[in-house]
Amino acid sequence: MSNTDYTLAKDNDGKSIWQFLAFELKPRGKFLTPFNIISIPVMILSLVLIVIRFWKGLGSITNLTQEVPWGLWIGFDVVTGVAFAGGAYVLTFMVYILNMQKYHSIVRITVLNGFLAYVFYAGALLLDLGRPWNVVNPIIGNSFGTSSVLFLVAWHFLLYMIAELIEFSPAVAEWLGAKRARKILSGMTIAAVIFGITLSTLHQSGLGALYLMAKDKIHPLWYSEFIPVMFFVSSIFAGLSMVIFEGSISHKVFFKQISEKNHKAQNGIIIGLSKICAVAMFAYFFLQVLVFVHGKHWDLLNTPMGYWYLLEMFGFVLLPMLLFFYSYRTNNIFMIKVAAILTMLGVIMNRLNVTVIGFRWDAAVRYVPTWMELAVTLSVIFTEIWIFRWVINRMPVLRESPSWVNDKK
Amino acid sequence: MSLGRRNFFKVLGVTGVTLAIGKELRAVPKTENSIEFSGVLYDSTRCVGCQTCESSCAEANGLPDPVGTPEAGVVRKTDESHRTVVNAFNTSKGEAYLKKQCMHCNEPACTAACLTQAMYKTKEGAVIWRGDKCMGCRYCMVSCPFDIPKFEYHSANPKIEKCNMCYGRLKEGKIPACVENCPAEALVFGTRRELIKEARKRINDNPEQYVDNIYGEHEAGGTGFLYLSAVPFNELGLNTSLQTKSYPELSKGFLYSVPTVFVLWPAILLGIREATKNKHSNVEENE
Repeated sequence: MSNTDYTLAKDNDGKSIWQFLAFELKPRGKFLTPFNIISIPVMILSLVLIVIRFWKGLGSITNLTQEVPWGLWIGFDVVTGVAFAGGAYVLTFMVYILNMQKYHSIVRITVLNGFLAYVFYAGALLLDLGRPWNVVNPIIGNSFGTSSVLFLVAWHFLLYMIAELIEFSPAVAEWLGAKRARKILSGMTIAAVIFGITLSTLHQSGLGALYLMAKDKIHPLWYSEFIPVMFFVSSIFAGLSMVIFEGSISHKVFFKQISEKNHKAQNGIIIGLSKICAVAMFAYFFLQVLVFVHGKHWDLLNTPMGYWYLLEMFGFVLLPMLLFFYSYRTNNIFMIKVAAILTMLGVIMNRLNVTVIGFRWDAAVRYVPTWMELAVTLSVIFTEIWIFRWVINRMPVLRESPSWVNDKK
Repeated sequence: MSLGRRNFFKVLGVTGVTLAIGKELRAVPKTENSIEFSGVLYDSTRCVGCQTCESSCAEANGLPDPVGTPEAGVVRKTDESHRTVVNAFNTSKGEAYLKKQCMHCNEPACTAACLTQAMYKTKEGAVIWRGDKCMGCRYCMVSCPFDIPKFEYHSANPKIEKCNMCYGRLKEGKIPACVENCPAEALVFGTRRELIKEARKRINDNPEQYVDNIYGEHEAGGTGFLYLSAVPFNELGLNTSLQTKSYPELSKGFLYSVPTVFVLWPAILLGIREATKNKHSNVEENE
């Protein structure tokens, strides 16, 4: 594969930077793909819904109540979405700290995925804020609520987005053909990685810690003082399952961009990741058992919520864990993908059980999201995929960096 | 600018006098430092369920009139336009009433949850909401064990509504509207310390009239509103299974671990990176 086909920016072909950007902003490829046909109407619809939401208040399109003030937008978009974005810190840890170079080729796409996830989930958070014009208050320092876990999480989101942007920035520089900037930016990678991993440890667990004060409101099978630890450990395999899942789709959709070498490496990467997932899930399952035994909630198992808990633990933690172990030993790529999907479903279940399903499980009127909340959630995901696709089609994320990167060392 | 000898002394004199006066003035706030948390003692054995507290609260805070009347078996709730409600309960000693509003915890979960200090525990003991700081995240509502903060879901500029112990009136030297207007003297305003003494006295004087317990003395780490009752409090719809530790204690451990992680993690990560570096040499960055 020749790099010159893609590196339009190598000397900008004599174009000015503005001409270049205008050209790059244009859509490429076929327009009427199935994905576009589904996503565009949903996105337009939710744009309308968002206008209504800011005009008439949150109650106009959500089912939130005084008892359940956080619904799907927090429980799924933010809490679950961030868990899936955990792949970025795990992979940068493996590649830059543990020096596992085998995984280098998927670092960029994972970091991009993580960065976009954070940008869009923080964006979804803005939709959920009743008074979003005050969102800068905890940042500009006129009112630091330092005793708040949410204060910590808000700052970490902001700082982590910056760290991930720095980690990804060499790809942007390569796209723009900015050689000196690339050199400077890639020099900052290690610092950003170390900072980013530290931040991730704290805010992945912090998202769980948010719910510590809701002690009397969350079903005892899901509430324990160890929620932060659980959230942190599960973010490891949630993120890696997402990497496996997203990787197997990207490898089909963006087939042409991936070099022969990386195509061959893909299976080895997936098998390696499945082993890490299995071990992390073993630790997680073990922790859950310990917490359960200490909680002494045996009587609760024989209730509807108890069956739901058992389904989560056995069907969506233990089973995919065994599948990961099994297919790692038998090199079964298909089963690894199945296990990854099961794991992701399990993580969604777990996060929703803490934040929505198990929250006020005993209330007379249960919170069930409206179709409008679902539509907005979907379009947040769609918009993210649009940007993701746009970036991958233009910047050297999956494909090799332009030749000048290795020339001028 | 030249500063002559005369001017110098003038400035010195003025500064000295100001400092001296300043010191004298500071003697006044000294008592302010010793301000105690105020609270309200509610004696449900005296309450007749007349709803005067509800209507005077609505009037004092410019809110709509109360809806419905106390009726045993029906639980009315505070909402975004009603900061207090009185409910009736069929108890083991006949019908009894219970007033509900913000408890004004000593260490409130809502203020610990608030990332902008919009929910704020004043030194007078009232927990107030400050709209200019609030970003409407509703974490206070998630955290409050009494489910007190209410959110205006149908407003483009939503407020959090909750009892603020008539903080504006307290500042003017008045007492909360509900206390002032209660015809049955079921409500007493005072410092928390005095109120607990008063409550104990009532229990001691009439041990057969009260259960030997003050709701709010220890619940959720102690609250500004204190309850006396003739029957166990759970018969009046109060949550008696609340922890006696304050709720912010629950996330304290996590928050205390943050600085440790922040210092140790980067050091450990750098250490591991150095330890695995020998393999780095032949592979270039950002290959």
